[in-house]
Amino acid sequence: MKLKQLESLLGNLQQFQNPKIELEQYPTGAHIASRMLYTAENSYDDISGKVVADFGCGCGTLSLAATLLDAEHVIGIDVDDESLEIASVNADELEVELELIQSEIKNLQWRGQIVDTVVMNPPFGTRKKGADMEFLSVALKVASQAVYSLHKTTTREHIKRAALRDYNASSAEVICELRYDLPKLYKFHKKKDVDIAVDLWRFVPKAKQES
Amino acid sequence: MRLLTHNMLASNIKGVTNGFPLRIEPEKIIEKPVDFNPDFLKNMFSKIDWKALADASKIMGYAELPDEVPEQTVVESDEFLRKFHHALLEVHLEEGALVCPETGRRFPVNKGIPNMLLHEDEV
Repeated sequence: MKLKQLESLLGNLQQFQNPKIELEQYPTGAHIASRMLYTAENSYDDISGKVVADFGCGCGTLSLAATLLDAEHVIGIDVDDESLEIASVNADELEVELELIQSEIKNLQWRGQIVDTVVMNPPFGTRKKGADMEFLSVALKVASQAVYSLHKTTTREHIKRAALRDYNASSAEVICELRYDLPKLYKFHKKKDVDIAVDLWRFVPKAKQES
Repeated sequence: MRLLTHNMLASNIKGVTNGFPLRIEPEKIIEKPVDFNPDFLKNMFSKIDWKALADASKIMGYAELPDEVPEQTVVESDEFLRKFHHALLEVHLEEGALVCPETGRRFPVNKGIPNMLLHEDEV
């Protein structure tokens, strides 16, 4: 599938109807999502034929991008049932298979090393401090091959240090810098639209023993 | 929910040491055909907990998988891989529950989505 086609399919997905600020629910735009998954597939071979988990999947944009790029088994996990319902409708709309689980990321118990790749657009931790790092720490435990994640560019050094030192990553690299276009979703947003710089990261977990 | 997902989920309640496999209480089972990918299946075979899959498959009404872990020569065969494919990826738990084997706590499954949220005292 071509990048443009992927972006246009993702652009038609339904997004949050009543976004919840405590969960930092912001839609992952089609522009970013398509580039993220397209790079994971075409530069690193981490999607097609793989088992992919999407942490904090929301309405399923990244999950569905993975299914469109021929991931074999995709699991979206989110704490919010309204989002999961929309994700499910989006999957039906695209006529693809998407597995969904309602859970907190930190509380989910995984057996074995079945997940190859984790993709996520985690909460940036602006409302609940450390939420982004919690997601990253679990992702590096669950993935056997790679973790793709978006983080604010201003936190780059911190992310790199924590991933390598505390979270079992053998490598952590910024693949590209993107502009995250935040539409005015919440009342406390003063400006109409804000554009923030985010990094697309690829982390590789250290090889693990079979558990 | 596919049985592949079931094979990787364990009970997450605080204090539970043996939360796998979750017991399935099926109320509604559906089948959705997907493309057959032998390479994926061969690779996945080594990562699956066989007994959990064979038992779950039986509870879901598909009793074609052997109880014992099959020999490598069998695993390579098309006949086996097609059954494995069906059980792993095509049989879905649409409505029902997953039950923690240690505490008996039920996690409901609605519209194919397991609700694994914990109560405050379970975290």
